[in-house]
Amino acid sequence: MKKKTTFKQWLRTWDAGAFDMTEALTEAVAGDPMPKEATEHAWKEKPVEGIEEGEIRIFTRFYPVAAAVLCTVLIGFLLLTVAKLPAFGAADAPAHNEVMQRYVEQGMEETGAVNVVAGVILDYRAFDTLGESHVLFTAATAVTILLMSLGGAVSPVETKLERNIMQKDPLLHSTVRIMVPLVIVYGIYVILNGHLGPGGGFSGGAVIGGGLILYAIAFGFDELDKILNFKVYRRIVLASLCFYSLAKCYSFFCGANHLESIFVPGTPGMIFSAGLILPLNIAVGIVVACTMYGFYSVFTRGRI
Amino acid sequence: MSFFVNLPLFMIVACLICSVACSVVKSRVAHHLSMTLAWLLAAANICVLVMGIQNGKTVTYMMGHFPRPWGNEIQMGILEPLFSAAFSVIMCLTLIGGRKHIIEDIEKDKRNLYFVMVNLIQAALVVLCYSNDIFTGYVFIEICTLASCGILMIRNVGRTTLAAIRYMIFSLIGSGLFLLGVVFLYNITGHLLMPDMKSAIAVLAESGEYRVPLSTSICLITVGLAIKSGMFPFHYWMPDTYGYATPCSSGILSGLVSKGYIFFLLKVIFSVFGAEVFYASGVQNVLYVFGMCGIIMGSIGAIRENDIYRMLAHSSSAQIGYIYLGIGISPAMGVTAALFHILAHAVTKPALFLSASRLVDAAGGSKRFRDLHGAAHAAKLAGVTFTIGAFSMIGIPLTMVFMSKYMLALAALETQHKMVLPLIVLALSTLLNTFYFARTVIRLYNVPKKEFLPAPEFRDQSSFAVSAVASVVLNLTAGIFASPLIGLLERGLEIFGKVG
Repeated sequence: MKKKTTFKQWLRTWDAGAFDMTEALTEAVAGDPMPKEATEHAWKEKPVEGIEEGEIRIFTRFYPVAAAVLCTVLIGFLLLTVAKLPAFGAADAPAHNEVMQRYVEQGMEETGAVNVVAGVILDYRAFDTLGESHVLFTAATAVTILLMSLGGAVSPVETKLERNIMQKDPLLHSTVRIMVPLVIVYGIYVILNGHLGPGGGFSGGAVIGGGLILYAIAFGFDELDKILNFKVYRRIVLASLCFYSLAKCYSFFCGANHLESIFVPGTPGMIFSAGLILPLNIAVGIVVACTMYGFYSVFTRGRI
Repeated sequence: MSFFVNLPLFMIVACLICSVACSVVKSRVAHHLSMTLAWLLAAANICVLVMGIQNGKTVTYMMGHFPRPWGNEIQMGILEPLFSAAFSVIMCLTLIGGRKHIIEDIEKDKRNLYFVMVNLIQAALVVLCYSNDIFTGYVFIEICTLASCGILMIRNVGRTTLAAIRYMIFSLIGSGLFLLGVVFLYNITGHLLMPDMKSAIAVLAESGEYRVPLSTSICLITVGLAIKSGMFPFHYWMPDTYGYATPCSSGILSGLVSKGYIFFLLKVIFSVFGAEVFYASGVQNVLYVFGMCGIIMGSIGAIRENDIYRMLAHSSSAQIGYIYLGIGISPAMGVTAALFHILAHAVTKPALFLSASRLVDAAGGSKRFRDLHGAAHAAKLAGVTFTIGAFSMIGIPLTMVFMSKYMLALAALETQHKMVLPLIVLALSTLLNTFYFARTVIRLYNVPKKEFLPAPEFRDQSSFAVSAVASVVLNLTAGIFASPLIGLLERGLEIFGKVG
């Protein structure tokens, strides 16, 4: 009877760099873990350098205590600070100043957007949102880098998914067939309505992404791959983000040099109003929808 | 207002577009695109620098149609373009020198994604240098964090995934604390643009209102950015991170990304809190103490290592200690010394990582010191570059780090209570540095030339040669003719954060 691997042993192997986490995860996902004897053998074969018994003791005993103390102190300080902050919603709070006043009172007139939030994030503080949409792009690329490493092979999750599709669950299929068009149309509505009411690119894009994921769950990736494969995905994201950057570059350039922009606020309340906000919302919506679907696809099968 | 004032906007947009474009082109094209972008950024930054020197004041640039405090803004004086230019030049040299390893270490399908991440880091560094809005800073800090994890874990070895997870946890704790600090500050000032926050904070500090939230947010922002840049005792992610990533990533992370965070911290200190308020809060003493601890602990950690990359990583954490020591000593001379050290370390460390990677190649891929004996005979240029880099890290005259250590000592002598300890620590750390760097250099040469057999596949490499020679020349030039650079830093610091 082999001894069970203890945490300490694992820690030693990890610190020596002899334990490949990605490999272990792949093995675990494949449902075919390395035989225990082989693992133990590997552990014995590679002598561990650089880690001392004392260090492990510090790691397992001292660090949890230190972390608990540190967190308690931090929580205490933060609670004390929150108690000293201006009361929530107080009329004389410093945040209720000329900045907020102008956003609320003149926002509609200056940006043309009935939805003040859209006006703030896509016009007054558009540079932040330009950064935010690239944060999404960065995150999607980072996840692709991480999970593409599992290789192009069909993952067990995908096979399981295929099985479900093969079984043709009638309830799932008929529900999805009715729901997905509605969900996507609703998402488009939320995006297009972003400057007129609550909504916008981020929320509408998430709804569309949800619709695409639902479709992929019910009917598999094969159908979707015909219209949205990796090549198309990358080009769509490229087009929307480049449009976003260039449009904002033009608008910032005009603003800073006091030139008249060709994008005018127009009549608030009309669908074609609010200058750049509508096209930017569409660009953001496309990026968000693609990112949502991309995350799902990468997590399920290791590629988009 | 000259046309040059528009250049930072174009730089940012160019970086973002290049990063997205890199995801669809071939990896070779992506590599060239990234290097061209870095050179263009350097050239544009130098134009802005010339404009800043002529103007002699910090000017702001409206990002959109709405003036401060409603719209976003960026600011440019002397330090912003200077550091941004330095970062781009070093980025380009690192990309040239690390080229072969990028091709070897990264799978073909993912290679262009590496350059996506590199260009996003370039965008983030430009914005961290130029930003005049603390929330914009936060957004690009996030881009920088995610992209750094990306270039770290793209090399698919088990340990890099774990190192990336560790790095991400530390980095996200840092971002989280920073964001909390920003939220508290917004709550008590009602602004996000730096100049407006600064005037509101000056009023609050005068009246004593909201003293606790103000102090807490100063602590949170400082500690958050300090964790992200790897200040002691939060430097434990460094050895794994720098030790297992592809050498180009190690160079970018240690030389540029952590320096970008420190530069942004300085910007927050000078343009949000104001030097007076920050240096009255006592947080600088924390930086002073932990900076000194970091110098000593980093050097001791480096002595104990038997792996060349991990030794360099520990040495990086010691160098971060010098920078924080400088910030902790005094707002004028200390910070000038810290700024000079940022440049010195950014020039030296990527060159060290790249030359170490060549030495490791010559020794057949082993990073252990015992296998590197005599490796410098095979990789001659890498040996010379490593030696000069090591001399620079020790602080031998004619190199940049010598000047920054000298300036740190001068800054310490100017103060009343922080005179003795920094001098002792500087002397002690120089001894420790000499010990481990000299030991390494001796190891690299101590086998007779005939006895060392280089790995059969080891070849001379022109791309590394270009990068190595350029960084050595840069290091020695800036070390020998340091006074114009120091003068520029002093002039820049005078107008840093003072929007005219």
